[in-house]
Amino acid sequence: MTRQLRRPETGAIVAFLLTYLFFAIFTYTNGFVSWNGTVGWMNLAAELGIVAVPVALLMIAGEFDLSIGSTVGAASMVLAIGTTHMGLPIWPMIVLALIMGMAIGLANGLVVVRTGLPSFIVTLATNFIVIGATMGISRLLTNVTSSSIAVSDSAKLVFAGRWEQANISILWWLLAIAIGLWVLSRTVFGNWIYATGGNLQAARGAGVPVERVKIILFMATGFAAALVGIILGVQWNSGNATYGMGYVFQAPIVVVIGGVLLSGGYGTVGGVAVATALFGVISTGIFYTGWSTDWIQLFLGALLGTAVLANSYVRKMALMGGR
Amino acid sequence: MSRLPILELKNVTKRFGNTYALFDVSIALTPGRIHCLLGDNGAGKSTLIKVMSGYHHATDGQVVFDGEPLTFASPRHARQLGIATVHQDVGTIPLMTIGRNFFLGAEPKKGFGPFSRLDKAKANAIALEQMQRFGITRVKDAEQLVGTMSGGERQVLAIGRAMYFGARVLILDEPTSALGVKESAIVLKMMKQVREDGIAVVFITHNARHAMAVGDDFSVLIHGKVAAGFERGEVSRDELLNLMAGGEDMAQLEVDLEAVE
Repeated sequence: MTRQLRRPETGAIVAFLLTYLFFAIFTYTNGFVSWNGTVGWMNLAAELGIVAVPVALLMIAGEFDLSIGSTVGAASMVLAIGTTHMGLPIWPMIVLALIMGMAIGLANGLVVVRTGLPSFIVTLATNFIVIGATMGISRLLTNVTSSSIAVSDSAKLVFAGRWEQANISILWWLLAIAIGLWVLSRTVFGNWIYATGGNLQAARGAGVPVERVKIILFMATGFAAALVGIILGVQWNSGNATYGMGYVFQAPIVVVIGGVLLSGGYGTVGGVAVATALFGVISTGIFYTGWSTDWIQLFLGALLGTAVLANSYVRKMALMGGR
Repeated sequence: MSRLPILELKNVTKRFGNTYALFDVSIALTPGRIHCLLGDNGAGKSTLIKVMSGYHHATDGQVVFDGEPLTFASPRHARQLGIATVHQDVGTIPLMTIGRNFFLGAEPKKGFGPFSRLDKAKANAIALEQMQRFGITRVKDAEQLVGTMSGGERQVLAIGRAMYFGARVLILDEPTSALGVKESAIVLKMMKQVREDGIAVVFITHNARHAMAVGDDFSVLIHGKVAAGFERGEVSRDELLNLMAGGEDMAQLEVDLEAVE
């Protein structure tokens, strides 16, 4: 029991269970626990979850990425401009959007590693640069900043397929979780991620290529953000430069609620997955209660505050005594 | 045991601009001996370690490794030759397990291609075995976070790690200065064990008692010069303390202190 208390994901699991029970009891008659209700919160969690996993790895390595929001929008606009304005097929545009996502990540990584500036500021700047550039270029080419996407059947199936009410993005989310779990807890690269965030000097001294670790994680984050942009674009048949702005803070919020230390070096993918599910439960649960959705923000804020306190306590516990 | 030095500095001078950090320093490190490097802050100990571990090149003089004059291309080069440095506090990562810390940067793997993964069982088993070999019996599980261990145990982990990866020269930068009495004893005991393995140990310390407890050779640095070099038993503790404080300064200090009383 005491051992479990020291695990970084414990807080998220407890919060999830309590919140789920709360909505399950109070909105039982409205169908929150029904199949459709469950699929509802999972759909909502999935899109955020895809990008939250690499953001979690990046934060464990000690860096931030606030540029994800604009990358999501930019990727959707690549599809829109390519397929509608230029009349190109969608699949090459999808590849292009993913490459663009990784290129944005590469730029973030290189600047952070070379200048030693805090990634918080560097990626905040990138966020504005990318959304500004997306809007500017879109307006130049198409006169608008949102535009429809010509979606092929195959693309529709892969990125926006549905089974009853369930979006295929849930599968993408599960895939992201599986990869994240594998990399972080099973691979040598995962060891390097923890070391880079845990003690940069010691990691470097032991021969860990800390710069490469960070750059790869920034690129993975950019890739995931672009993937979400593609999913949203294909789902709604349209691109929009402002898609994904919500993720800028939602992603780090669920990562911290999931038990990742803001200072890096500690956290699990499992915890972040549970925290993302919690986000989905809160966001849809409120609808079932019939209350104003304004309360979602309050709920999230309170959870975030509690999580930060709990995390520092868990860290202390983890460093105390034997087992 | 062979008394031929593994690493030798011959008349080494290191200058930064117009400042001499080291002047005409000669030191020989022999297998199976603990060489204590003593001196006040700013006496040049750090510079000396950096010359020995490939971070600095000597401005003048020679570095001889296994009898051959040599210039380290990089700290990595020195490490590959078996010159390992363990610093006072950096080196271990508190929020990672003992097994993960032990093999950081040289992780054992199993499986092929995309399924290549960390061999945690192997890492944990070896890390635990090495810790226990050096007398850390309190630690029973390599999944324990390093941050839960005491300062002495962490030093043992760092030193054991260097040993496991084939250190021939072990440079210990103030390994006991942040530790209590019992903890220091663990580390000093380990140093004796390391000596038995035929490793050349460099022990940097402020603590004359610790130096006298394990040292075979002693070099006292003052203002970048070797003010005194001697072997075990040639000098008493008081004389050593005197040398470390810079001789005359110490005598003057005593007079000053008496005047205060």
